[in-house]
Amino acid sequence: MTNAADFAAIRLTLELAAVTTAILLVVGTPVAWWLARTRSRMKGVIGAVVALPLVLPPSVIGFYLLVTMGPQGPVGQLTQALGLGVLPFTFAGLVVGSVFYSLPFVVQPLQQAFEAIGERPLEVAATLRAGALDTFFTVVLPLACPGFVTAAVLGFAHTVGEFGVVLMIGGNIPEKTRVVSVQIYDHVEALEYAQAHWLSAGMVAFSFLVLLLLYSRKRGGVR
Amino acid sequence: MEPSMKAPLVRLLCAAALLSIFPAKAAEVSVAVAANFTAPMQRIAAEFERDTGHKVQLAFGATGKFYAQIRNGAPFELFLAADDATPMKLEQEGATVAGSRFTYAIGKLVLWSPKPGLVDGKGEVLKRGAFAHLSIANPKTAPYGAAAMDVLRKLGLADTLAAKLVTGENIAQAHQFVASGNAELGFVALSQVWADGRLTSGSAWLVPGDLHEPIRQDAVILAAGRDKPAARALADYLRGAKAVAIIKSHGYGR
Repeated sequence: MTNAADFAAIRLTLELAAVTTAILLVVGTPVAWWLARTRSRMKGVIGAVVALPLVLPPSVIGFYLLVTMGPQGPVGQLTQALGLGVLPFTFAGLVVGSVFYSLPFVVQPLQQAFEAIGERPLEVAATLRAGALDTFFTVVLPLACPGFVTAAVLGFAHTVGEFGVVLMIGGNIPEKTRVVSVQIYDHVEALEYAQAHWLSAGMVAFSFLVLLLLYSRKRGGVR
Repeated sequence: MEPSMKAPLVRLLCAAALLSIFPAKAAEVSVAVAANFTAPMQRIAAEFERDTGHKVQLAFGATGKFYAQIRNGAPFELFLAADDATPMKLEQEGATVAGSRFTYAIGKLVLWSPKPGLVDGKGEVLKRGAFAHLSIANPKTAPYGAAAMDVLRKLGLADTLAAKLVTGENIAQAHQFVASGNAELGFVALSQVWADGRLTSGSAWLVPGDLHEPIRQDAVILAAGRDKPAARALADYLRGAKAVAIIKSHGYGR
């Protein structure tokens, strides 16, 4: 019922989601921390920018990524000057697109987790003369651990479910940019409904299991 | 409060609202149109409405998607496909009005770049291969993509250029990849880069018809269009002199 191309698409999708989630945890943590602690007037602006991918249609994100990362776009000019070529039609380009597309799914749970910690543990750590980094790794990180799990799971799952952005900037290249959602779309277009069903049912099962794990854990957790 | 006094007014307003939703009017025909035929169909539909008084509702999209929607009860009465295989398949499955299938346009394939001088008049640029990306429509699903692969195979370049191919989900996206500069050149529909009898921009090679299977675009009246005079009228209109002139001016053959 399935073939090598389907498995290649599955492997590529998992790779993309893993790389994207790793980058988002590194980039998203300082952003979420700043959003959780700042009293700056910029908080509203940055918070809104982070949330933009929640409300923008993927066609808008994909279109602007294609234009800005293209040879005439500002990002494209920069990557060419750095000798990297242009990003559309490459795995790296999909990673950039996915990082932006899944940003709120990582930053927002982290921000909530940081806000829930409150001032008190940080003040206690300060009176014990813990440095900023020390405080972060020995106090904040353990307390915000459930938030990190939620952020990682949502970021990963949301990237697996990405379609519109990849369709716009990917170019549908096997083993480089043809992810599962695009493969399903192709199967439907080509009237290969059996293969489309196989992959689609897999996506439904995967997404349900991920959310089930996430929500079961939350219900039981007092953390 | 005197609710009984208000009731007639409310009823009147409801009736007025209902009437405005279902106005009595000339017949309406609902058409599914292949994305590559968008521009000419909009002009043809406008002429048809002016000449006949019927209303035309156009939906544009990919032929494979329309097939799935039609098989699952979409209320289209007329279908202008991007190929001849899909209308044939619908006919064999009994989803059409028998004997209503006809070729309304023949697509012409062109190798195009927005850069002047990049594409030569014989397509030699393909053999030199001095480019990073060649954009085509998905050969599995789009007739223009299948034709592009025919050409590459005939020229013996299918293997050497395989790593440089980027695939749009339809011919519109294949064109967009080239127009945005992300691919230097690509196989697109002549209708996308042709207006008023000349190339709108850049450089192009009009691919000779003997290098690929003809891109026959067929139309068919669907089961929902049975006993709908407006659907039949539009199908006839597409074969009339006025429509044919519009179709040709957009770079299609007949």
